[in-house]
Amino acid sequence: MSVTTRHAAPPFASLIELARWAGWIALAFVLYAAVLALFGHDPLLAYRDIWENTLGSGYGLSEVLVKVIPLALTALAVTVPGRVGLVNVGGEGQLFIGALTATAVALAWPALPAIVLLPLMVLAGFGGGAAWALVPAYLRAKGWLNEVFSTLLLNYLAVLAVQALVFGPWRDPGSYNYPQSAVFSPSAVLPTLGDTRVHIGIFIALALAGALWAVLRYTRWGLVVRAIGANPESARRNGIPVTTYLLVAMAIGGGIAGVAGMAEASAIAHRLGPGVSSGLGYIGFLASWLAGHGPVTVLPIAFLLAILTVGGDLLQITQGVPYGALNILMALILFVVLAGRARRASG
Amino acid sequence: MNAAAPALELRGITKRFGDLVANNRVDLAVRSGEVLALLGENGAGKSTLMKIAYGFLRADAGTTLRDGTPVRIASPQQARRLGIGMLFQQATLIPAFTVAENLALYLPGLPALVDTGAIGAQVRDLSGRYGLAIDPGRRAGELSAGEQQRVEVVKLLLAGSRVLIFDEPTSVLVPQEITALFAVFERLRADGHAIVFITHKLAEALACAQRVAVMRAGRLTGLLAASDASEERLIALMFASAPPARPVRRVRVGAAAVPLLELRRLGAIGARVRLTDVDLQVRAGEIVGIAGVAGNGQRELADAILGIAPTVGGTKRLFGEDATAWSIARIRAAGVASIPENPLGLALAPRLTLEENMALGDLDRYTRRGGFAIDWPAVRNDLVRGLERIDVRDAPLERPIATLSGGNVQRFVFARELARDPKLLIALYPTRGLDVLTAAAAQGELLGARDRRAGVLLFSQDLAELLTLADRILVLRDGRIVGAVAPSTATPYDIGRLMTGAAA
Repeated sequence: MSVTTRHAAPPFASLIELARWAGWIALAFVLYAAVLALFGHDPLLAYRDIWENTLGSGYGLSEVLVKVIPLALTALAVTVPGRVGLVNVGGEGQLFIGALTATAVALAWPALPAIVLLPLMVLAGFGGGAAWALVPAYLRAKGWLNEVFSTLLLNYLAVLAVQALVFGPWRDPGSYNYPQSAVFSPSAVLPTLGDTRVHIGIFIALALAGALWAVLRYTRWGLVVRAIGANPESARRNGIPVTTYLLVAMAIGGGIAGVAGMAEASAIAHRLGPGVSSGLGYIGFLASWLAGHGPVTVLPIAFLLAILTVGGDLLQITQGVPYGALNILMALILFVVLAGRARRASG
Repeated sequence: MNAAAPALELRGITKRFGDLVANNRVDLAVRSGEVLALLGENGAGKSTLMKIAYGFLRADAGTTLRDGTPVRIASPQQARRLGIGMLFQQATLIPAFTVAENLALYLPGLPALVDTGAIGAQVRDLSGRYGLAIDPGRRAGELSAGEQQRVEVVKLLLAGSRVLIFDEPTSVLVPQEITALFAVFERLRADGHAIVFITHKLAEALACAQRVAVMRAGRLTGLLAASDASEERLIALMFASAPPARPVRRVRVGAAAVPLLELRRLGAIGARVRLTDVDLQVRAGEIVGIAGVAGNGQRELADAILGIAPTVGGTKRLFGEDATAWSIARIRAAGVASIPENPLGLALAPRLTLEENMALGDLDRYTRRGGFAIDWPAVRNDLVRGLERIDVRDAPLERPIATLSGGNVQRFVFARELARDPKLLIALYPTRGLDVLTAAAAQGELLGARDRRAGVLLFSQDLAELLTLADRILVLRDGRIVGAVAPSTATPYDIGRLMTGAAA
């Protein structure tokens, strides 16, 4: 048995490749250091702060892992549709809707035991995200509207939907002026590992990444997905129901983002609020593209971006660097990596 | 300027693509007032050599001389300034523009105000002088392949080209248009132009050229006056060993009574052509040829049969059942195979491997455990056997299919589609652009399928091929079947008249 394609091969296929990647990312850090220096901050101090508060300490590392979970999940939400050639910019909105539907279940049956309630919430989160993603997928499959625009625009709608609920019917009377739902019952909270905030969502993310990799590599559906990604017209002419695959891939992607939303609400906030995500879906989008839509490659990339996200929070506090400045670093990384990839493709 | 020097001379041209030596110290000169045919198989290096002369590619070594003066040609723009023009197989006209507008776009120093009237006058002048028959007011989209080509010639003449390079110009033309093109060559030549005519067809080279240069595997293997050349001599120069053409068997196996495919008054709406009232039957053990100028409904007809495009009115019966509403998958599963005109674009996933593309051709056959596994050994076995049948050995089964040459991609598609032992094969231009060896192999496969009592519907623009292979020939024009001819009695000119709608 052998299935090798240029596309399925992770970017870390060889040591040279790894060195090249490290070089590109180092270049991004050097450029960002210049940006920091330009705005009057000491880049070395900033990087030292990031190091000490992420990988440099047990607590820092656990906080990084907490961020890896939604980033890996929202990245996979982009990866699955990406493999059939769809661009899902809607991870953020699908995450919000997944959080919303999971919350509905948590609030409706708070007394259920965790062993029943949590799987129900995962299913609800998946279903909500999937249904939300099916709208743009259907419009695209019909040839009416490009999914890039529809998924992006639906993000704003999803955030508004969550706000409408937490400002209105779901508003917790006990939290005074804060627009947020009531705290979930303990059985609606995902268990954590030890006394960290890292929750069992990390296993969901790892299992999903591994399962997607295996499906793409070994199964009939994976082969068909790769064929559609390579040439949808050929696939259609070979009798493959391309439309069905587009819908299902988008629904699975949306569903995975929905699970991310469920996990954020359940394990991190223990309730639903309008800030259940502040752009996690977009960072996940970045991670998937950086990983070339490789379902396993997504994991180290999500890890790297999680370090930066945690570090960005920290720089805001310790050095007064606005969190938004972190977007510059992420954009720089995307730039240099894509440039490197384009150079290789043409050379 | 040296009057006795050739108009264009290439000396010691060498060009490598990786390990492949496409041109190996080639010397070639073309004089003013002659047609030089550049003959060779696909991949012999003809086009590479001429693209170097046109500045499209850069040679690794060698020099170019224009009228005896060494020149450095780094781009097509420079080549055109030196009076060298090249015509590619694909016309590059903008369909929505008129001929005059298309030409204006190309003129050096296009003024802000475009005077299409003045350009039109120039076009009519050139057109009359060289017998090009171009109407500057027509929209490019309405022109036939031959007319578009003549507009491209006018482009080059307007730009002052004195050396004209034609890259396989006849591959898109019907016989009448080929004859007309050669007449244009003759007038251009008489007016002192130098013409290089790239082709892999012997008869065409002998029909229009004063001298014939032959290339094989990147080297110039011969250069002779047309008067000294014979088909046998040229074949010997083109091929290292004996001529490869397989004997084409004309033995009829006798068609069965019940048709495998039966279309009755079938209609379909394509992007450009509307298919109207098509009646067609294909029986077991026969090859039905479809002749026609490209773009007259071939793609629409094939797509309608394969279930890829919806039909509008009429019925389609496959293997005795009403298949008008069948899906693509059901039609394939019922035993219909297809060779599309552009396999990499329409049948294959370019970056997937040969094996993976093989499996995609018949997923149900290779899927195991309800879809959780694919029987790769079976895929490989079928693929290797299929490829061996058409003389492909040691194919790189685990490489992306896009890394194969065009000829080998075509061989792969044949191997894949015939491995399923289809009852009906729909083949569109299966030998177009193939070298003689591969084309003969492909034709052998079509005959083999027929001998195994499959039905074959063969779309082709190569009338010689249709006359050799087909048991019956139908002519398609403007989406309608406009005539049927018997290969035993028809000539290419009869078919050409039906194809172009010319009066008999």
